[in-house]
Amino acid sequence: MKISLAAVPYFWSKETYIEFYEAVAKSKVDIVYLGETICSKRRTMNHQAWLGIAELLTKTGKQVVLSTLTLLEAESELSYLTKIASQSRYYIEANDIAAVNVASEHNNPFVAGGAINIYNVQSLSRLNQLGMSRWVVPVELGRDDLPVMTQFAKDHSIEVEYQVFGRMPLAYSARCFTARHHQLSKDQCQFKCLDDEQGFEIKTQEGKTFLQVNGIQTQSAKVCQLIDHILSLTDAGIDIFRIVPVSAVSTLEVIDQLCAISHECEQQKFDHSRLTDSYQYCNGYWFQVEGMIYLG
Amino acid sequence: MELVCPAGNYQSLIKAVDNGADAVYIGLKNETNARHFAGLNFSEKQISKGIDYAHSRHCKVYCAINTYPRDSHWTCWTDSVDQAMGLGIDTLIVADIGVMDYIRNQSAEFPIHLSVQASATNLQALKFYHANFGIRRAVLPRVLSLKQVAKLAQSAPVEIEVFGFGSLCIMAEGRCFLSSYMTGESPNTQGVCSPAAYVDWQDKGEVLESRLNGLLIDRFHQGENAGYPTLCKGRFDVDGKIEHALEEPTSLNTLDILPQLQQAGVKAIKIEGRQRSPSYVATVTSVWRKAMNAAINHGQSIAPEDVKKINCLAEGKQTTIGAYERSWQ
Repeated sequence: MKISLAAVPYFWSKETYIEFYEAVAKSKVDIVYLGETICSKRRTMNHQAWLGIAELLTKTGKQVVLSTLTLLEAESELSYLTKIASQSRYYIEANDIAAVNVASEHNNPFVAGGAINIYNVQSLSRLNQLGMSRWVVPVELGRDDLPVMTQFAKDHSIEVEYQVFGRMPLAYSARCFTARHHQLSKDQCQFKCLDDEQGFEIKTQEGKTFLQVNGIQTQSAKVCQLIDHILSLTDAGIDIFRIVPVSAVSTLEVIDQLCAISHECEQQKFDHSRLTDSYQYCNGYWFQVEGMIYLG
Repeated sequence: MELVCPAGNYQSLIKAVDNGADAVYIGLKNETNARHFAGLNFSEKQISKGIDYAHSRHCKVYCAINTYPRDSHWTCWTDSVDQAMGLGIDTLIVADIGVMDYIRNQSAEFPIHLSVQASATNLQALKFYHANFGIRRAVLPRVLSLKQVAKLAQSAPVEIEVFGFGSLCIMAEGRCFLSSYMTGESPNTQGVCSPAAYVDWQDKGEVLESRLNGLLIDRFHQGENAGYPTLCKGRFDVDGKIEHALEEPTSLNTLDILPQLQQAGVKAIKIEGRQRSPSYVATVTSVWRKAMNAAINHGQSIAPEDVKKINCLAEGKQTTIGAYERSWQ
C-alpha cells in the first residue's frame, strides 16, 4: 500500500507552495501530484517552478506526477496541457479526456484522475489500451462498486487509488464562484482565491455545513475521512490512499498520521484532535450512501 | 441548422414534430438516460409508434443513453442500446466510453452523438471521441463563451450542437456530484438531480421552506416564487450573508445570439426539457422554429410576443444567455 498527495486544489503564494513541498519532501508520502488543476489564471507558480519542486521531490525518492487542468476551455489552456502531457520525464495525471488524447498520442502512460468518468470495466479496459496505468476512482463509487473493477485492474497491472482524506471535488463550472461572491467578474477577479487558504464555506440558512467554494470548483465542506477504514479499502483492491490537501499545516499532520498507521502498521485510529485545524467529516460514498454522511 | 427538441412522452413527441422539430430526442424507461423521472420516457411500443410518426414527417428520432453504468448494472445499458438500435432509432446520444465501445463492437457505422454528459469542452477532447469512436456530433456543455463555441465549431472534426433554451445546469455536465453528495443519487449514474423523493416542503406560517434530504435549500416569504429546490439554485449563508451563492433559479435562452451561433457554424440547437409538459414542447418548438427560419432568411427578427411566450415558461420566469456571455462567468 502506498500513500499519495493530490495536487493542492487551492491557490497559494509561491512561498507557501515551496515551504509546503519542502516539508512534504521530508515526509514519508510515496507519491506527489503537482500542478494547477482548477484555474489557469492561478500563476504564482510557472512551469519551471513546478519542475523545480518536482526535482526536489524526486531526489528524496517520491514519485512525482504532473497533474493537468480539469476544465479546459481556452486554446492557451490546451497548449499548456500539451506541454505536460507530451513530456515523458514525469508521469501524467489526466483530469480531462483531452490529456488522455495527448498522452496516448505520445505513447505516454498516464493516471486517469477522478474527474475522468470511469464507472465500469469496459471503460477501464478501453483506457488501459490507450496507456492508463493508474486509476483514481471517481468520488461517487464505493466499496460495492469496486471488486470486479479492481480485479480487472490487478489482472492488467493498473494501480487503483482512492481518496481517504480531504474535501471531495464535487463540481466544476464556467462560473467563478469566488469572484461572484466578491462581486467581481471572472476576468477581473483580483486573484481573490489567494485570500482563502482552503476556499470558503457555504452554509445553509440554518448554519449547517454544506459546500466549499474554490474558484470554479465546488467541494464538499466536510472533509472525507477513511483513514480508519484503510484495511477494508485494501481488501477491496485499493493500492494507493490519496490525501487531498486542506490547510498546509493540517495536511502535513495528516500525512504523518496516515504514514504511521499504514507503513508502520500501528493499530491506532486517526486522531483528529491532533490536527491544528478542526474539520467536520464525511465518508458516505465509500459505504454506498450519500457522500455527506459520516459513518465513523 | 437543426432544431433538436425534447420528448418525455409520446404526446410531447407529436407536439415537437408538428411544430417543426428537425429531430426529437427521447429516453427509455430506465436509469440509462439523464431524465430518469417517474412517469417519463418511452416503452418499446411507444418508441416504434413515435419513430413511425416522426419519420413519416421527415423528423429524426434520437435516443439518449447518456448516463454512466456502474459495473453491476452494465447489462441494463447494453440491453437498452440493443433495444434502441433494433427499433430503428436514428442516432444514439452517449457519454460513457464503455457504452460507446460496446456500440462500436456491434456496429462500425451506427451514428453516435456525444452527450453533453461527456463534458467535452475542447478540441483535444472532441478529437479523442472522434478518433476512438467515430462520433458524428458533440453536444457542448454549457460552460463555453460564444467565442469559444465559434472556434470549436470551426476546428472540430465533428458537428457541434449547443443548448438553446431550457433549464440551466451551471456546472459542467457529467462532472457534478452535488446531488449524490446530498442524496446518494446523481445525474451520472441514476439520471437524476435533486430527486423529488428527497424533497420536503415545510410551511412555517411566515415562510415556506424547501429541503433536500433534510438540508434547507431555500426559504420563501409570501409573494415570492417558490421554485423547485434544485440544490445549486438555493439561497445559502456565506459569511453571514444570505445569497444565491451559486446561481439563481433561471433558465437559458439564447434566442438573442442565434444568428451568431448560426454564423459560427453550429450545426444544431438543442432545447432542454424532457421533463416538461407537451404544451411546453409545443410552444418552445414553434417559437424556435420561427426564430431559426428567420435566422436562415438573414436579418429577419422574431416577434417580441413570441419571445415573451417562451420566457414565461422559463424556470423562475427569468432567463440568461449563460456562459455564452463572458460576464455571466
